[in-house]
Amino acid sequence: MKSLKPITRVAVAVSALALISAYFVPLWQILMWAPQYPEGLEMKIWINTLSGDVKTISALNHYIGMKTIEVSMFPEFGYMIYLVGGIIGIGLLTSIINKRFMLITFLAVILAAGIGALIDFYLWGYDYGHNLNPEAPIKIEGMSYQPPLIGTEILLNFTAFSGPDIGGWIFIGVGVLLGGLVFYEWKSKK
Amino acid sequence: MKTLIKSVVLLLIVATAITFNSCKPKGPQEAFVGNAASKVYVAPGKYDEFYNIVSGGFNGQMSVYGIPSGRLFRILPVFSQFPENGYGYSEETKPMLNTSHGYVPWDDLHHIALSLTKGEHDGRWAFGNANNTPRVARISLKTFKTEEILELPNSGGNHSSPFITENSEYIVAGTRFSVPMGENRDVPISTYKENFKGTISFIKIDPITGRMNIGFQLKTPGVNFDLSRAGKGPSHGWFFFSCYNTEQAYTLLEVNATQKDKDFIMAVNWKKAEEYIAQGKGVKVKARYAHNVLDENTHSATSEMMTEVLQLDPTILKDIIYFIPCPKSPHGCDTDPSGEYIVASGKLAAIIPVFSFTKIQAAIAAKDFEGEFAGIPVIKYESALHGEVKKPGLGPLHTEFDEKGNAYTSFFVSSEIVKWNVKTLEVLDRVPTYYSIGHLCVPGGPTSKPHGKYVIAYNKITKDRYLPTGPELTQSAQLYDISGDKMQLLLDFPTTGEPHYAEAIPASLIAPNSVKIFKIEENNHPYVAKGEKEAKVIRKGNEVHVYMTAIRSHLVPDNIEGIKMGDVVYFHVTNLEQDWDVPHGFAVKGAANAEILVMPGETQTLKWIPDEIGVVPFYCTDFCSALHQEMQGYARVSPAGSKTPIKFSTGVIEETGSK
Repeated sequence: MKSLKPITRVAVAVSALALISAYFVPLWQILMWAPQYPEGLEMKIWINTLSGDVKTISALNHYIGMKTIEVSMFPEFGYMIYLVGGIIGIGLLTSIINKRFMLITFLAVILAAGIGALIDFYLWGYDYGHNLNPEAPIKIEGMSYQPPLIGTEILLNFTAFSGPDIGGWIFIGVGVLLGGLVFYEWKSKK
Repeated sequence: MKTLIKSVVLLLIVATAITFNSCKPKGPQEAFVGNAASKVYVAPGKYDEFYNIVSGGFNGQMSVYGIPSGRLFRILPVFSQFPENGYGYSEETKPMLNTSHGYVPWDDLHHIALSLTKGEHDGRWAFGNANNTPRVARISLKTFKTEEILELPNSGGNHSSPFITENSEYIVAGTRFSVPMGENRDVPISTYKENFKGTISFIKIDPITGRMNIGFQLKTPGVNFDLSRAGKGPSHGWFFFSCYNTEQAYTLLEVNATQKDKDFIMAVNWKKAEEYIAQGKGVKVKARYAHNVLDENTHSATSEMMTEVLQLDPTILKDIIYFIPCPKSPHGCDTDPSGEYIVASGKLAAIIPVFSFTKIQAAIAAKDFEGEFAGIPVIKYESALHGEVKKPGLGPLHTEFDEKGNAYTSFFVSSEIVKWNVKTLEVLDRVPTYYSIGHLCVPGGPTSKPHGKYVIAYNKITKDRYLPTGPELTQSAQLYDISGDKMQLLLDFPTTGEPHYAEAIPASLIAPNSVKIFKIEENNHPYVAKGEKEAKVIRKGNEVHVYMTAIRSHLVPDNIEGIKMGDVVYFHVTNLEQDWDVPHGFAVKGAANAEILVMPGETQTLKWIPDEIGVVPFYCTDFCSALHQEMQGYARVSPAGSKTPIKFSTGVIEETGSK
């Protein structure tokens, strides 16, 4: 089994360490604008908590029967810190073991984590947008309020945007870098 | 032929009439200026450059305008009840209006002083005076709420107030009316000369909290104190007051107080007074005055009755105060930005005397006195004088300054603003005001570093400036551009109450610090409900306390039973919102009270004494949300002595109720 090039080895270690930032910066953001909120409302998703105008968003959304957003409604916040820790561990292990199969494994884990997170977020968004209180003051036939997975969508008087925040972009950057490294190692094998 | 002559004569008469008519003087409408609109236009969504904090005069409030647009943003309740938001009606705010005379729900607020650091605006507090029942108030420029009111003992009307020193060490309060003081105040009015005294209170400002307390009071001869200004720069440590009625008249002052050629400017060496206080020369005098303070965490005011005040007698401690003769009933008494010149405006004088601080000091050192008045040395007029502004206009009242060494004096009788150079005393320009200007305001005008740019006239007569509204009219303010050599009228704007003095301050010193909400976690009101789970109804004897919450769009509880005739009900309403500009209001049918308007995170209490048996509606008065009209509830009132238990809920539908 071939060893990695020294530069790859360093890049993998740096990537793994870069993921530590996930504990200090928000990973994902949902932004909302309405005629009364030209300055916008924001909800930031961190590794184990939420921040931003969560109370205000809940206060506004209760009219259409959406649940009050609380940290407790996300079991993910309980285990994400370990999950990310594990990913960082695999990255560092890759650099130590210094073998190609480990690099591919690390990339696969990162990709799986990314896809898993998106599926998880979609499922939460589906429930949040569809599972409405039947006694809501405002009910519009056939209308649901699932926030966009990524991108912008208009929901009644709100324009909602969903996308990665700093931590999310670092994850994406690490993924792209690892992809590049795998490609580089594969090319230089010939 | 006769007809021809008749026609010619008729033609001549008509022609003469037309000629005469065109010779009539031109009216004020001719003063319109072409490019003014673009200079005062603040586009939708854009902000004004200055806040204009304006006294409300007989409405007892302050109001906040934007300059240059002249738009009214808010009326801030200070000395008068304000049913619009419950100030002076809610249980939390009633103590603010407590005095030694009990609850006084009105006053006459004349002057504004904004807090200073190193002679410049610092954007922390605005102070205002109560002219009728002597008081001063401090308003936070973060919350725009009245945070403190201090009553002044031994004062007969607080007009010469609340002028401020260059580091906000003190604001002053000089009595307009001299009055008998001490134990025996039941004296004949005709004993004015023997028994009537004036006082000047130096109110100390805590540099961190802004809290006020009377540092000391100077007991002065019986005259009327009108206006004042602190020294600054080289004259820091001194204060200057205008005095009139040195005739010591007690009746028909219109005649009897206008006989002397000269009244006085009183120069006070307050640093000297501080030294005497430090040496223990102050005398503690019994007094009774209220000190009312708002706690921003309990959102409640408390009133404490004070019992003594420290006085100094300048007729014994001779080097605290000096009189300077000043022509004919001086009104405004303004120090220029350098602190060297003191401009005194004799209301009935044909000149404006300008005194020099350096010369005053030299005259005191050389004992260049012309004599004494009631035991106080009087400096010779010429020894203190820098010079006189000749033929400035009629009825000078007040002077403000720009950053270029110019002064702007208002003239009530000749209804104009006159611009003149402080050093050369030369008149540079004059513009008419509509009509009869009182105070005027240049942004930063009373500070060491004026911002200039505009002068605002607060006129005393409105007449035909706006669409008429019967005999009672709005007040008229006017904005002039002073950036060029010639003053240019830009805008008329109506004002509420009857503004006297006002200050303008750059928006950048206030807007970034403006509070948007009160944090619910920091709410320490004894009757707060920090969430709907804490909402409850508790009976204490015949008092019923409702711990109520308000959030879009319901009140908790909204069904209340168990109230009986003879009870006193307190609705303690906490606004649970934590979002900007979502107040909730609260009103009860038949309550002999106003509404309360509760800001996000705040608790306010409405007292209600039920007066008939039945079910009484209550509701949110602020259009808070799409379902505002649904934000309502019922309180059941049962006969006295009935067995209806205390019961409260929101959203509970009782099946038994419909059977």
